[in-house]
Amino acid sequence: MAQVDYKALKKAGLMRQVQKDRFSMRLRAVGGRVSGEQLAKIKEVADRYGQGYVHLTSRQGIEIPFIRLEDIEQVTAELAAGGVLLGACGPRVRTITACQGAAICPDGLIDTAELAADLDARFGGRELPHKFKFGITGCRNNCLKAEENDLGFKGGLKPEWSGEKCNYCGLCAAVCPAAAIAVARDARTLAFDEDKCVYCGKCAHGCPAVAWSGQSGYILSFGGLFGNRIAAGEELLPIIFEKEKLFPLVEKTLAFFVRHGRPGERFRDTVERVGWDALRKELTE
Amino acid sequence: MSAENIAAFVDITDVICPITFVKVKVALEDIDAGELLAIRMNDGEPVRNVPRSLKDEGHLVAAVERRVDGTFTVLVRKGGNQ
Repeated sequence: MAQVDYKALKKAGLMRQVQKDRFSMRLRAVGGRVSGEQLAKIKEVADRYGQGYVHLTSRQGIEIPFIRLEDIEQVTAELAAGGVLLGACGPRVRTITACQGAAICPDGLIDTAELAADLDARFGGRELPHKFKFGITGCRNNCLKAEENDLGFKGGLKPEWSGEKCNYCGLCAAVCPAAAIAVARDARTLAFDEDKCVYCGKCAHGCPAVAWSGQSGYILSFGGLFGNRIAAGEELLPIIFEKEKLFPLVEKTLAFFVRHGRPGERFRDTVERVGWDALRKELTE
Repeated sequence: MSAENIAAFVDITDVICPITFVKVKVALEDIDAGELLAIRMNDGEPVRNVPRSLKDEGHLVAAVERRVDGTFTVLVRKGGNQ
């Protein structure tokens, strides 16, 4: 048999198994959304070419194990006919993960599914010195664990209070996790310490009088790791309110990694070697 | 905590979500529109979610008070947010 180019297979989302010439086929998933049509095709392929089951990955993806080397081309074509593309392994932008976000979740502050699709269209699979993970979470509850990603996005809300609408019930003060709000019901006064605010949006979500409102935005974290080394991503920038401003920042981040990163070096290690200030400077220029 | 009469009281510190809100809804059934219900609830998930659900169903949270034992008393006016 001809020499097998495992690197090329890995790039196309095929993970070599312990068993000879068998591959776990990684499928492209964006924000963990899979349609019924895709599921039907995946079932069909797993039954016919695999062993009749799939593996759900830690990053919201689906893999079909036990695909034979000689079937790869055929399976790839059949999946494509059902709207299923292959995912990415190796040194590139990996599966973009997301919670269901504001479109579904009552706590959500940003449209995570839309952002995941935007990021995937612009950056999905891009070649880099090492793997690079994006994760998007809709709010501070952080179900999607933004800070464990090389680049994490978290929904936030910068609250504003209107004294005219307030009934001084005190609910906002009760639900604020940062003790940034104090309400005196009898005196009908409210004090808000914005420096303490963590942009969770709980005051606005709960307010019975709609006295709290605010602007939703994105809180970015850089350099998270949750594998061989564990480190939380760092917030280097203030909250960003416009989605369009995110993409140039992602470009700058990936450009920094390409310029400074050594092959096989994770983004955080590059940043630590070159300096957090250097990254911050490039991001804010 | 209110000069006004409280029509009924319900303690939901002994149940967890979603029974918390179910108990509140049952208690609201027994009072008239415009009357006040006092609810004793735990800090954390209940105080974050039960008042929000009350708002969604058209009731008005009138007052929230932290008790010495760390629980909250929430006063809600039936149908006061419609």
